[in-house]
Amino acid sequence: MLGFSRPQAAAFLVMTILVIAGPFVLYPIFLMKVLCVALFACAFNLLIGYVGLMSFGHAAYYGMGAYVAAYAAKGWGLSPEIAILLGTLTGAALGTVFGWLAIRRQGIYFAMITLALAQMAYFFCVQAPFTHGEDGIQQIPRGRLFGLFSLNSDMAMYALVAVLFLAVFLLIHRIIHSPFGQVLKAIRENEPRAISLGYRTDDYKLIAFILSAGIAGLAGGAKALVFGIATLTDVHFSTSGGIVLITLLGGLGTVFGPVMGAVIYTSMENYLAQFGSWVTVTQGVIFVVCVLAFRRGIIGELAARLRIAL
Amino acid sequence: MNISRRTLLGTAAAVATVPAISRRARAASTIKIGVLNDMSGPYRDTSGPTSLICAKQAALEFGNKGFDVEILSADHQNKPDVGAAIARQWYDRDGVDLVLDVPNSAVGLAVSAVSKEKNKAYVNCGAGSSALTGTQCSPAMIHYVYDTYMLGKSTGGATVRAGGDTWYFLTADYAFGHQLQDDATRFIVAEKGKILGSSAYPFPNTTDYSSFLLQAQSTGAKVLGLCNAGSDTVNSIKQAHEFGLKMKIAALLMFVTDVHALGLGTAGGLMLSESFYWDLNDRTRAFTNRVKSKTPNNWPNMAHAGNYSATLHFLKAVADMGVAEAKKSGIGIINRMKKMPVDDDCYQGNIREDGRALFPSHLFQVKTPAQSKGPWDYYNLISTTSGPDSYRPLADDHCSFIKS
Repeated sequence: MLGFSRPQAAAFLVMTILVIAGPFVLYPIFLMKVLCVALFACAFNLLIGYVGLMSFGHAAYYGMGAYVAAYAAKGWGLSPEIAILLGTLTGAALGTVFGWLAIRRQGIYFAMITLALAQMAYFFCVQAPFTHGEDGIQQIPRGRLFGLFSLNSDMAMYALVAVLFLAVFLLIHRIIHSPFGQVLKAIRENEPRAISLGYRTDDYKLIAFILSAGIAGLAGGAKALVFGIATLTDVHFSTSGGIVLITLLGGLGTVFGPVMGAVIYTSMENYLAQFGSWVTVTQGVIFVVCVLAFRRGIIGELAARLRIAL
Repeated sequence: MNISRRTLLGTAAAVATVPAISRRARAASTIKIGVLNDMSGPYRDTSGPTSLICAKQAALEFGNKGFDVEILSADHQNKPDVGAAIARQWYDRDGVDLVLDVPNSAVGLAVSAVSKEKNKAYVNCGAGSSALTGTQCSPAMIHYVYDTYMLGKSTGGATVRAGGDTWYFLTADYAFGHQLQDDATRFIVAEKGKILGSSAYPFPNTTDYSSFLLQAQSTGAKVLGLCNAGSDTVNSIKQAHEFGLKMKIAALLMFVTDVHALGLGTAGGLMLSESFYWDLNDRTRAFTNRVKSKTPNNWPNMAHAGNYSATLHFLKAVADMGVAEAKKSGIGIINRMKKMPVDDDCYQGNIREDGRALFPSHLFQVKTPAQSKGPWDYYNLISTTSGPDSYRPLADDHCSFIKS
């Protein structure tokens, strides 16, 4: 079903059970953060893992998604599902423009163009009055889903985020294992050959870019509602860097890798907070160890060891 | 004696639950204080570990009055979302009764929103924004040490009276910088001073101020007003010094710890305002003597002293109410703190109903190397403004929960 191999189906089942059981054991807000970051990492992985496009500016879509969803919920008083939808559309719209420009170049030039455009988005957010600069948009109301269910309790919000996460995860899995996804992988492996086979690779790359940016916007919008805050951190390039780290740590080009990376990265940020500067030091060390010792990432290494695709 | 595996496991399990039970029993009579600040970035010296040491010192001196005091600490990395998430977790899960310090106005405001939502106590010592007791005020918060209004009034007003009547601003281009500039401008204009211009530079990550400094000098203004903080302030003063800038510098937010970082050779002659200085009187010296061995390279500034004083005041309020009552409502403790006068070695005064602590503010001039007689002997006291006169009047707050 949905192109799942048997190990993948088992892994998905385990993940679903963990997602459902999680909030009864761990702090739900922390888990929601993990899920939002995991969504974001999955979006990023769709681009780098399956099309081979290294985007260095994904924070722009995530952050703008967060800002727009925040403003929609607070400034216009829209219901949460509309706010998140607007966040998603913002990410996709921004991705259309940035992607259209960036896919004309490859490799390092592609990365630099996305970074430069993302920095422009960052400075826009610093200056635009509606973002409140350094303070960010705060006290965003979670509102009532479809005007019916209040999301003020953490469990209700968790249910929404969990459903969003699982749905989008399945969507990404479906995209990757569709004929469209096969073409993306062909482009990743050898673009000139894909062109010679008659595929208009620019169109494929642009569509993948828009999908990725849209999902990043969705993750940002959900995050803004969970924490009730959208700030410059979300659009800052360190967020773009963090998402690269998460994806590499978990396993580039594996479906479950980014989720694993998000769990580890967010836990570190959370549980090491009391050790102050050790957070950044530890993150650095882990990154170095990961690149030196297991270059395929945790899930990638596991999959290679077990000779399965995850 | 025969011990079956089942007995052994059962005993082990029973033993394992004992600490859990006693921990729970103790939790009911433990007051937890979370010091949330910058442990790794630009505000590490102005808050950071020394704030934690000062809060612990207060708990130590308070002693055990029928309840234990536990002090936690975390690094908010100057990110409002990280800060808000930690505060939320502390209040929700770890049973923290008070969040303390929180430098960086953006993080300070974010934590205030969380404390209000959760009805938990929050005392801010490190952040500057006067919006904390203004448009974004909260009944669950006290703003303890200083704010942009007090800095603008004290440093801005006094500099004009001392003859520095034409100004040029160098401003960090974000909410805090602009607010500081606006607050300072108000008092400069009120004293019949003139603003000849201003440069807003991109924040963060600007390290080269040369073009702004030259621009400032070319206007012929007498005073360069620095509307920035932390390492930005230190860098801009250093560069002004290297350029041989012929303007008087007014650093609108500067701590004694920043002066220490600059050295008196560079910082000598600067005007600045703090609400605490270690060498102010016998009580402040006694306090500093008690803590300086614990933080020998970073003596307490006003924010650090605020953490000491606020912790002590909070614990007095808890002792006054009883632990069970205090745990019920954060707003309840904050209201009690507002009713009790603050009196300790660092600060004396009252807390206004909007949460603004009214302690006197002092205008200092930094000593030259020749004037300084010992370690950390950095300030000459120029003047002192009384608490109620230092801060924005209640009527101008636009604070929503104050009935006018």
